[in-house]
Order: sequence, then structure tokens, then C-alpha cells
Amino acid sequence: MQTLTRFLGNPVALIGLVLLVLVTAMALSAASLFPNNPLDLAGRPLQWPLSNPRFWLGTDVQGRDIAAVMFYGARVSLLIGVVATLIAMTIGILIGALAGYYGGIADELLMRLTEAFQTLPNFLLLLVLVAVFGSDIKTVTIAIGLVSWPASARLTRAEFLSLRNREFVEACRTIGMRDMQIIFREILPNALPPVIVYASVVMAVAILLESALAFLNLSDPNVPSWGNLIGGGRAVLRTQWYVSAIPGVAILMTVLAVSLIGQGLNDALNPRLKRR
Amino acid sequence: MRFFLFAIRRLAASVPTLLIVLAGLFMLLQFAPGDTVDALVAQMGGGDSAMMEQLRKYYGLDATATVQLIRYLTRLVRLDLGFSAIYGKPVIDVILERLPATLLLMASSLSFAFAGGLVLGVLAARRVNQWPDGVISTIGAIFYATPAFWLGLMGIIIFAVNLRWLPAGGLEEIGSGHIGLRRAVDIVWHLALPTATLGLIFLATYLRIMRASMLEVMTLDFVRTARAKGLAKATVLRRHVLRNALLPMVTLVGLQAGTMLGGSVVVESVFALPGLGRLAYEAVVQRDLNTLLGIVFVSALLVICVNFLVDILYARLDPRIAN
Repeated sequence: MQTLTRFLGNPVALIGLVLLVLVTAMALSAASLFPNNPLDLAGRPLQWPLSNPRFWLGTDVQGRDIAAVMFYGARVSLLIGVVATLIAMTIGILIGALAGYYGGIADELLMRLTEAFQTLPNFLLLLVLVAVFGSDIKTVTIAIGLVSWPASARLTRAEFLSLRNREFVEACRTIGMRDMQIIFREILPNALPPVIVYASVVMAVAILLESALAFLNLSDPNVPSWGNLIGGGRAVLRTQWYVSAIPGVAILMTVLAVSLIGQGLNDALNPRLKRR
Repeated sequence: MRFFLFAIRRLAASVPTLLIVLAGLFMLLQFAPGDTVDALVAQMGGGDSAMMEQLRKYYGLDATATVQLIRYLTRLVRLDLGFSAIYGKPVIDVILERLPATLLLMASSLSFAFAGGLVLGVLAARRVNQWPDGVISTIGAIFYATPAFWLGLMGIIIFAVNLRWLPAGGLEEIGSGHIGLRRAVDIVWHLALPTATLGLIFLATYLRIMRASMLEVMTLDFVRTARAKGLAKATVLRRHVLRNALLPMVTLVGLQAGTMLGGSVVVESVFALPGLGRLAYEAVVQRDLNTLLGIVFVSALLVICVNFLVDILYARLDPRIAN
């Protein structure tokens, strides 16, 4: 409760929250505001914003309504961001918890694996996964999750290392609790706060990774996406620059929202650090 | 001598990591639909199954996966990354052609981000919770959230299309015949926008770490001692705080080497730079898996090298590490 008041009393967190609510509202209202398929031809291509009351953000090279793609794009960005983050955090927490709790050979092996993933540039690995497994939206989401877990594994491991010899854990062992019970029901809840804060970083990066992939036209072409719109606008960048400019602002706002909320959570959970 | 041993130990520690990376890449290759022979036959416009069998035998694709993995690893040790059917030459040649542009872009963006982050981080830390800190931190947060490709495109619109100050793409003026210093100036000219694009994104992270690290070190006892013995504030900052606050920044260089390589894929595509990142993109589009995996391997080597250098530098800065 105290944490919540601190979180809401922080202007940084509030700005982030407002931005995120706006983007979520865009995602939720997309279907009712724009009932037609946003990828269909809507009108004459390349109309400037505000020049036609029907298309207040204008139309792109293929005559699609930019406003419609923006609203539907919010869905895709948020969905991919959330699901990929869940995947990455699950893998990361699992690997970090096992490595930190058991130590020894298990730790050694799991950390080598983590290091191997960290040695590969994540965007390049993402390109390989997409090249091998294809680029429909499910594959892209899973692939983003698969390249984003190592840092959260390290973080979870560090928390487990510092918690595993505490008295409450010793007590659990003494009364004969099983390892899995100790790991997930006793230690994990205590280890979680910094990991949850880090999830905001993972989500911010996941949204940026998807938009970069879509910009390069390597993401699912059948899904309306901000990155894709920017990529399509490149052909007319010199004259109709608004096609590329508008969706970029949306990506910026969404990623900013997520990282500001993360910062707010961090400040709320560590009030001592904030005053410095 | 002890330092030398430390270097050897660090280098040996990266061997298992590299092995895992390679085995993983090989496994991915097994998952890929179609093999080299399929790609070749598709290039030739079709062929009968007897010829394809022969080709598979020729390329050793009829052996078991384990045997193939061992062959793959022994070939990699000799830096034989296979043959690119698309470019019609060995993958390593294709990669070496493209490597300089990427190294140049990475080195310049890294220097830009490091220097900028350092200066702004110190400024923000000195005025912590006052308006300069607020402005710097806000700008940092915004650049952190900006997609690199979009920043690049906006840079092109403003500085290349409207103001005509900088070229919109390419590594140098093609066919200008510049040599020596003129050519170097031309390349610097062309790299200004890509460097600013990639650098600004990473500057935000460096700035944040530098600020936090300065604030952390300023609370330590030895700083109080330095102030207590009457040193001027600027001297304490420069000689005592800055040196210690730099350590996390050096760590960050190693941690971000891979991310930066990944970022160069989009930036090189935006600015049509003939680098490794653009090659990776082309390899995906043309389904040239040999080249793509070769790039990933070389990038992993590059990341390991950068981290090795960072470790060495770190041990130099803080002698306690080497022990």
C-alpha cells in the first residue's frame, strides 16, 4: 500500500502511467473506431495529414489510413511486448533460480548457457531465428522472448545467491520442505521485486526489437505494425516524410511509458535511493 | 607475470561459451528447412534427385549429425565458414570485405556515446535533483526510448534533405576518386549521421550509469577524507571520484558490445552502409544461411574480443581484480 502511494506520488511514474493508459486505450478502441481492415486500401495514396477530414493522419503509399494502422499497431506492439516479456521472464527466472539455489555444477552449466546467449548480439540471433523458423507473429513473439532472457536470469541468480542461506530458508529445510517448494514458494517471492522492475526494461527492448524487425520488413506482413509503416514510408521519405515520422512518435511514447513506469517502480521499492 | 596469467585465464574461460554458441548455431541449422544442396539446386533452377544425392555426398551432408558437427567445428577453427551461393565466394571473404565499415561505425558511435555519457553524467551528478539534472535525465530517457532506425530517418530528413548539410547515405562518394586525407574526410562526413544515430541511443545508457556511479562514489569515505584534508571540490571530483566512477562505464562497454552490433544492422540499412549488419539483413532476405551464421560467429568472436579487452583494461584500472 505504502509502495503504491509512493508510486502514484511520483511524477515520473504518473507520466508513464498516463502514456501507457493512452496507448492501451488506442489498442482497445481500434476495432470500434476503425471497423474496416486497416491493411486494406482506404483512399487515394499519400494524402497529407489534416488535408482530408476522413483521414486525419493521412494515407500511406498504398492508400491505407495511417490513423487506423496506428490504432491497430498499438495492439500488436503491446501484445508482442507483454507476451515476449512473459516468455523471457519465465525462462530467466527459472534458469536464474535453479542456478542460484543449487550452485555447483548446475550453476556452472546454466551460467555458461546464459553467457553464450549474451555473447550473441540479440538482434542478430533474432534475425537467425526468423530466417530459420519464419516470420509469422507467433514465431516472432517467441523469438523475441528467446533472445531477451539472459539478463533476468543473472539478476534472479544474484538474488537467490544472497537469499539461499538466510535463516528462513534454513528453517524451511529443517522442517523438510521440498526444494521446489522452497524455491518457488519461499525464496522467489522475496527475490521478485528487482526482477519485476527489470521486466520493464525487457518489455521496452522487446517493443523496440519488434519495431526494428517490422521496419526491415522481416516481421509478419499480415499484421498492422508501426515499424512496418515506417519501413513503407522510406520510399517517399524525401517528400512525404510524415508517413515515417508519425508511427515513430508512437513507438517512442510507448517505450518511454514502459521505462518510466519501471523507473517509478524502482523508486517506489527503494525509497532510500531516490532521495540521493 | 600475474597480469599475463590473468589474461590467459580470461581467454580460456571464453572457450566453453564459444563452443556452446557454435553447437547451438549448428542445431539451428539442422532445423532450417532445406540444406545447402537445396539452395544450390534452386539457384541452378532445378535438378534430379540422383544429382542431389551426389551433391549431398560431396558436401558431406549424408553423415550423421554428430559427425557433421565435429566437421563443422574443425572447419570453423580454420576460419572456413563455408561458401556463399549468393555471393559466389567463401563466406569469410564476404565478411572481411564488410567488416571495416562496421568496426568504424562501432568505434565512432562507442566513443561518442562514452564521451557524451561521461560529460553529461558528471554534469547531472554535480547538480543532482536541480534543473540541469532534470533536463539531462529527461533527454536521456527520451533517447533511450527512441527506435534507432526512426532517429536515423528523421536525421536524414532534417540534415540531408532539408538543410543539405550531410549526405543521406553511403560510406563515401562513389566514383569521386578521393585518396588519402581527402578520402578520410569524405568518410568522416558520411559517417557523421550514422554515428550520431547509433551513438545517441547508447549515450542515454552511459549517461544514466555515469550519473548513478558518480553519486555512489561521492558518498564513499575516501571522498570525505579528500574533502576533509582541504582539497578543492574540482580536484576531488577529477582525481578521486571520476577515476572510480569510470569502472562501471568500462563494464558497460563490454556488456553493450553485442547490443551495439545488433543496432548496427538497422543503422547500416537506413544509411546504406556496406557493413556487416547490412550483410546480415541481405542474408536473411536472400535466405543465405551460411553467410548469416558466419556473421553471427564473427560477431560472437568480436564480442568476446571486446570483453577480453574490457577485462584487461579493468584489471589495469583496478589492480585488485587480477588477483
